[in-house]
Amino acid sequence: MRPSKFSNFIFNRNVQGTFYQAITLSIVILGVYYIVQNTAENMMARGLASGFHFLGVESQFDIGMTLIEYSPTSTYFDAFIVGLLNTLLVAGIGIFFATIVGFAFGIMRLSSNWLIAKIAETYIEVIRNIPLLLQIFFWYFAVLRALPKPKQSIEFMDSIFLNNRGLFLPDPNFSEGSSVIFYLFWITIVISIFIFIWSKRRQNRTGITFPAFYFSAALIVGVFFASLAATGFPVSFEIPELKGFNFKGGMKLIPELVALTFALSMYTAAFIAEVVRAGIMAVSKGQTEAARSVGLKEGLVLRLIIIPQALRVIVPPLTNQYLNLTKNSSLAAAIAYPDLVLVFAGTALMQTGQAIEIIGMVMGVYLFLSLFTSIIMNLFNRSMRVGER
Amino acid sequence: MNNIKNAILGLLCSVLMMPVAYAGTLDTVKEQGFFNCGVSQGVPGFSNPDENGNWSGIDVDVCRAVSAAIFGDADKVKYVPLTAKERFTALQAGEIDVLSRNTTWTLSRDAQIGLEFAGVNFYDGQGFMVTKDSGITSAMELDGASVCTNLGTTTELNMADFFRANSMAYEPVVFEKADEVVNAYDEGRCDTYTTDKSGLAAQRTKLADPDAHVVLPETISKEPLGPVVREGDGDWADVVRWSLNAMIEAEEFGLTNSNVKTTCAITSNPVVARLCGKEGGTGAGLNLGDSWSYDIVSLVGNYGDVYEKHVGENTPVGLARAGSPNASYKNGGVLYAPPAR
Repeated sequence: MRPSKFSNFIFNRNVQGTFYQAITLSIVILGVYYIVQNTAENMMARGLASGFHFLGVESQFDIGMTLIEYSPTSTYFDAFIVGLLNTLLVAGIGIFFATIVGFAFGIMRLSSNWLIAKIAETYIEVIRNIPLLLQIFFWYFAVLRALPKPKQSIEFMDSIFLNNRGLFLPDPNFSEGSSVIFYLFWITIVISIFIFIWSKRRQNRTGITFPAFYFSAALIVGVFFASLAATGFPVSFEIPELKGFNFKGGMKLIPELVALTFALSMYTAAFIAEVVRAGIMAVSKGQTEAARSVGLKEGLVLRLIIIPQALRVIVPPLTNQYLNLTKNSSLAAAIAYPDLVLVFAGTALMQTGQAIEIIGMVMGVYLFLSLFTSIIMNLFNRSMRVGER
Repeated sequence: MNNIKNAILGLLCSVLMMPVAYAGTLDTVKEQGFFNCGVSQGVPGFSNPDENGNWSGIDVDVCRAVSAAIFGDADKVKYVPLTAKERFTALQAGEIDVLSRNTTWTLSRDAQIGLEFAGVNFYDGQGFMVTKDSGITSAMELDGASVCTNLGTTTELNMADFFRANSMAYEPVVFEKADEVVNAYDEGRCDTYTTDKSGLAAQRTKLADPDAHVVLPETISKEPLGPVVREGDGDWADVVRWSLNAMIEAEEFGLTNSNVKTTCAITSNPVVARLCGKEGGTGAGLNLGDSWSYDIVSLVGNYGDVYEKHVGENTPVGLARAGSPNASYKNGGVLYAPPAR
């Protein structure tokens, strides 16, 4: 019997595939719909408020460290922004220091000097095998215990003060006429970028090198100080002063921020060091030997041959470490650093009781931050790929 | 193939038609033979575990009273230690059935968060603790101070109100767990530690040198603390509310943990007879046995017994009852139970 058109259709692999995918998709959609519906009905039944109206209501609580203007009469949305900025601050500083320290220890561990290699190895093995939360507590209480009370502050030049309430620095106030300095500063940076592009192109064309880095650095620093002098130093400093319990005025770094960024960078640096070591070891020895045999200097061998190839191996796992650091910053709540989790998923959640909305927003923020970091690092990775000619 | 299809369809239908409503908590509790009681992670006198993991305190005794009323056994309770931040979510999610964790009764919590307060077992107010050698004698001298406190409490809002109302500056240092607040305050991170005064008295026992600290005289807020249940289950709320009321009323009529057996045997006072479960059949309305209130007093005690045992003057917490709002209304306090009849 010849197969009918219908059975042909039924047993077609594409048709079957589409059919099962459609079933899976509808089950997923129904599942999501059911969860949303059920949650909404249960919340109604239990008299729980829902929706995002609370974002416009006055928060009525204070936050210890704010990068924007904030008071108890600000809204919950402002509190959200304050928490978000504090999280970004910790993540940004943490990533910066973790990268530097991590690269340093990664290279040290490969050193031919026995002592240096062992120091790096000990650091890495100790730090990455102790839970991060314990390290945060350790540094926080170590910092608190080591530092004196405000009245016995450690002083530097009568303008920088260190005590168990934080590090107090003079706050620069730029008076009128100082905007010129900033314009010139940005202009020199733009000029430097052009110099880099130009020197690279010229080198590709003619092979003649140009010391673009030293030249730009000298240009930026020189113009900055020249313009400061030309405008008659229109900068005054607000010096912190001991008034009552604490120092007032000036800039302030709270001990929670210091302990948290320190613990996060040290911890992540240990992992980054291993990533860097793996990356460098992945470059075959023949590359170094070939580079030397064409007469490159040692520094150039590292800069032009080994590191670009090592970065291809390093960047993807390095991205992971950056993401981990950002997400680990949510441990801040344990030591009173007012990050997004403490301020918004903590205080704001308690006061409004709107757990689903608030946790949803916080999850969204971390997801966005992680995806954003991934995109940046993927772009960087792409630029590092083997160029095919 | 057909079987699989049917199975999938059946599963979908059963999932979609799952009832939203849930069985009454009291029936569930009776069936499983115990209930879950949310307590603190350790506030001496209120809810605190000993070295063997046995919980005690006046908040714990509310749960023990409920257990005595339902089961005639004060220990059919599973204690779930919660941070201030977790407590309401745990109750809403059904992880616990009663929250007895020095929780302040406020409008927004009652109306907005889906909670029902079952009464007040401690009238408290927020205060400040400072070191003795700071020389501070009044909360009005705290301008510019760093203030350590707990996350997720009314405390955060009260202190914001207090400093705002008196146009004083301050730096809030807010921790997730009470133990870290105590540690940080002890290490000198803050000039003052603020929470409910009972909490200050309790946490002070955890400081390195409790005698080097003093609680300032000002009370900056009203903090009626009491047990909480989920909204929408009136029968269960009634059981918790009347378990607490029975403890208060037993004290009003002189029925104590030590005399309950003898008094109940000979009493001719109708109120006492009702509390003893000999008259009036008060248990029926609550779906409990008639001896429910007798069991509470004989197994747990009346309010005064419980207070003196855990937070009274002869305990490390040492909160005098006379002259405080927690005295019975007969002694000038505000503790007053509606009649159990």
